[in-house]
Amino acid sequence: MQTQTEIGYNSKIEGDVIVTRVDAALNWFRKNSVWPMPMGLACCAIELMAAGASRFDISRFGSEVMRFSPRQSDCMIVAGTVTYKMAGAVKRIYDQMPEPKWVIAMGACASTGGMYRSYAVLQGVDNIVPVDIYISGCPPRPEAVLDALIKLQAKISKQPVLENINAYKLFTGAAKG
Amino acid sequence: MSALESANKIKAKFGDLISEPSEFRCEITVKLADAEKIAEVCTYAKNDLDFNYLVDISSVDNYGDDPRWTIVYHLRGLRHGGELRIKTGVSEEKSEMPSVIGVWNTANWHEREIYDMMGIRFSGHPDLRRILMWEGYPYFPLRKDFPLAGKSSDLPGVAFTRVTPMEGGPFVTVPSNDEAVQREPRVRTPEGAERGVSDKRRVQK
Repeated sequence: MQTQTEIGYNSKIEGDVIVTRVDAALNWFRKNSVWPMPMGLACCAIELMAAGASRFDISRFGSEVMRFSPRQSDCMIVAGTVTYKMAGAVKRIYDQMPEPKWVIAMGACASTGGMYRSYAVLQGVDNIVPVDIYISGCPPRPEAVLDALIKLQAKISKQPVLENINAYKLFTGAAKG
Repeated sequence: MSALESANKIKAKFGDLISEPSEFRCEITVKLADAEKIAEVCTYAKNDLDFNYLVDISSVDNYGDDPRWTIVYHLRGLRHGGELRIKTGVSEEKSEMPSVIGVWNTANWHEREIYDMMGIRFSGHPDLRRILMWEGYPYFPLRKDFPLAGKSSDLPGVAFTRVTPMEGGPFVTVPSNDEAVQREPRVRTPEGAERGVSDKRRVQK
């Protein structure tokens, strides 16, 4: 009879106790439940839907819960052409998302404006929100979306938990006082 | 009743205001000399000639000519299947003409779009706001003297625009007399860089 053994943890030896760092544990929680905010603005959104459906199945990476409320989501996937008229709404939705939050710019339009060199189109969503991962393609295939998600997970797992949050200021302030 | 007969009836009714009907590829166009009379002509076309469907209103910028604006009304009768086009000119100083909402209600959004993109006002329109750009945007982007790259504008809390860089990157049209492959916006290898696999494949074909 074969028993499953996971690297770094053996229940026979260690019992029901796991010893780890806070960073590693919290990042492990975070990176395996990145709930996306599907900011579908153009044809890229169709590929994003395909990434969510059974054939490509984004839930294999813990991101199946597409949240249409920014208050419940962790990662905004900007899928499509951002016009100047829409830019205000995108920025506002990003501002409503709770920290920590990440942004994936999906496709040529969201990354750089793409083929739309015109008065009406924002030349890259990084003009208004900080972008973590850019996906090339017009539109990118669903595999590229999954690849971006895996890269984002790698980024999250390296992120210091106390970075860039008010808790850090409180913590250091309390330590000084 | 064919479109040509309809055009002749309009001509008979309004006389010198209407030009001789011109035909291009089986499509009939008449020109209206005085834009102020557009609502009356359209009322006649709808009630007496049964053009019950306004397909579209479009506007043309004849930059440098007078009158600068040409407004084109595309009419169709769903019962008899005929199509008719009515053109009329508006000068730049005036930039205003009567609305045809009283004839076809659907003219509402068409006229708003023309106001938004060209800056031609329609008197009698109940709700002449911008429809594609936001309220407060200072320019009319489909005018010929408006650059493709756009102009910078800022309306705090609503929207902003910036001038778009028109050079560099793969997605740029290159104006020249070359073949379409060279002119079109498509992936290009930067000058001096080694050609990629896709380029080699293209050359071999």
